[in-house]
Amino acid sequence: MSDYSRDEMMTVAAARMLWDGCVCFVGIGLPSAACNLARLIHAPGLVLIYESGTIGTRPTVLPLSIGDGELAETAACVVPLPDIFSDYLQAGRVDVGFLGAAQIDRLGNLNSTVIGPYSRPRTRLPGAGGAPEIAAHARQVFIVMKASPRSFVAALDFQTSGGHFEGRGKSGARGGGPTIVVTDVGILKPQPGGELALVAVYPGIPVEEARAAIGWPLAVAPQLETIAAPTMKELAALRALKARTEAAHREPVRLPI
Amino acid sequence: MTEFLPLSEAIARHVPDGTSVALEGFTHLIPFAAGHELIRQGRRDLHLIRMTPDLIYDQLIGMGAARRLTFSWGGNPGVGSLHRLRDAVEQDWPRPLELDEHSHAGMAAGYRAGAARLPFGTLRGYIGTDLPKHNPNIRSVRCPYTGEELATVPALNPDVTILHAQRADRRGNVAIEGIIGAQREAGLAAKLLIVTVEEIVDELPPAMNGVLLPHFTVGVVSHCPGGAWPSYAQGRYSRDNDFYLRWDDIARDRGRFTEWMERHVRGTSDHRGFLESLRRGAA
Repeated sequence: MSDYSRDEMMTVAAARMLWDGCVCFVGIGLPSAACNLARLIHAPGLVLIYESGTIGTRPTVLPLSIGDGELAETAACVVPLPDIFSDYLQAGRVDVGFLGAAQIDRLGNLNSTVIGPYSRPRTRLPGAGGAPEIAAHARQVFIVMKASPRSFVAALDFQTSGGHFEGRGKSGARGGGPTIVVTDVGILKPQPGGELALVAVYPGIPVEEARAAIGWPLAVAPQLETIAAPTMKELAALRALKARTEAAHREPVRLPI
Repeated sequence: MTEFLPLSEAIARHVPDGTSVALEGFTHLIPFAAGHELIRQGRRDLHLIRMTPDLIYDQLIGMGAARRLTFSWGGNPGVGSLHRLRDAVEQDWPRPLELDEHSHAGMAAGYRAGAARLPFGTLRGYIGTDLPKHNPNIRSVRCPYTGEELATVPALNPDVTILHAQRADRRGNVAIEGIIGAQREAGLAAKLLIVTVEEIVDELPPAMNGVLLPHFTVGVVSHCPGGAWPSYAQGRYSRDNDFYLRWDDIARDRGRFTEWMERHVRGTSDHRGFLESLRRGAA
């Protein structure tokens, strides 16, 4: 096996979780790479929905923004954004929603709003976007985040979207909440009661490194799985996708005059 | 009757200081030219409404034009922070900014209610989030049929919504193609809708299932080619992703930001002049 980066390991691990025919609500960045890799490798019938309104999109390069023209041009259909949130997501038609955030706690609650107090934050983050309703209504939520004690915290500064918070069952949330957290040091899954535990590691990354990267005392499953390293086929497809993307984004755009 | 006005006159006549104004367009067809005209004319105390503030509201906020912001996601898409928005919230520079913060689903429900002239929108939303603790506009109602508790948001009815579109015809019908975000809802929710367009044609073909804002919903049309740059107009020009990356550097520093705005926006007389100044200066 050739060398691969931790980003590549994360992307491949996330891609392998997706199945053919799965309806997937995609975000920009690593989730978008993972979803398109899965579509190219083992799940050609994966249905990708981006919140900008594109359904069944099959981009040849990864978009920089959630609303790049590439997504509309390769979509089965483009619908108004309010329809995506009410008639698709809220109506329970999404199998998997991807989320990331600046902070996550041990129950999979996420913060993408502020660091520090809301009224006078030290760092103002972009905010909720689609996250609260994705977290509530997608049948499963896959979270993808790099692990560090600053991001995997004992207490959130602000709860933007809910994981396995107390009272979820009676809250009106229709989805099952986070079922998996893919990090660069291993994979976490909620245990009964909702607390995240380390259930899988990557080749060459010791459990101690995972413990050190998590800001609460990390529970470790008794039977730890080791995720297989990316295959040549997976790496080749991912690198080709990234290369196509970079080449496309390098093409100069002429001013419209 | 739809009025056909030059953009500068449309803004001068219809968007005074203190207006609540929504410049919509989700990544696509963002009305940059109209936002720049608000800055050129020195508007103050605006209540800005937009799901994704994007670079155009970063610019308006950094130039001190805004008093209040209704929004649901305030980042530079695919790049990172909006530094001027952050500076306003974190440091009150150049002036304090009130936030009316939502989720996308919540704002979409607010626009839908506004378009229908209902007093509020409902959704099964804002679950497991602290947003309602900090935004008194997010409330709830008990369903009279099932007893379920549902979230509510007040209808969004901007004084003025400004959109950018590919085409209008001479009666004022407006056709939009590609990603449409919440443009239709935001347009119909407004007390007055202004649309800048790439092209004015004699007649539009029938739009069987396409998006068309009929002329009796459109108050003003302004011809403004390139008016969505650095966002894009499907079928006309692409999103300038490189400019979105460069904006991160321009906006990070107060001085560099102000100098850029003075030179390219305040120092030019219209959108064509703005684009020409970028071509000359390579920004």
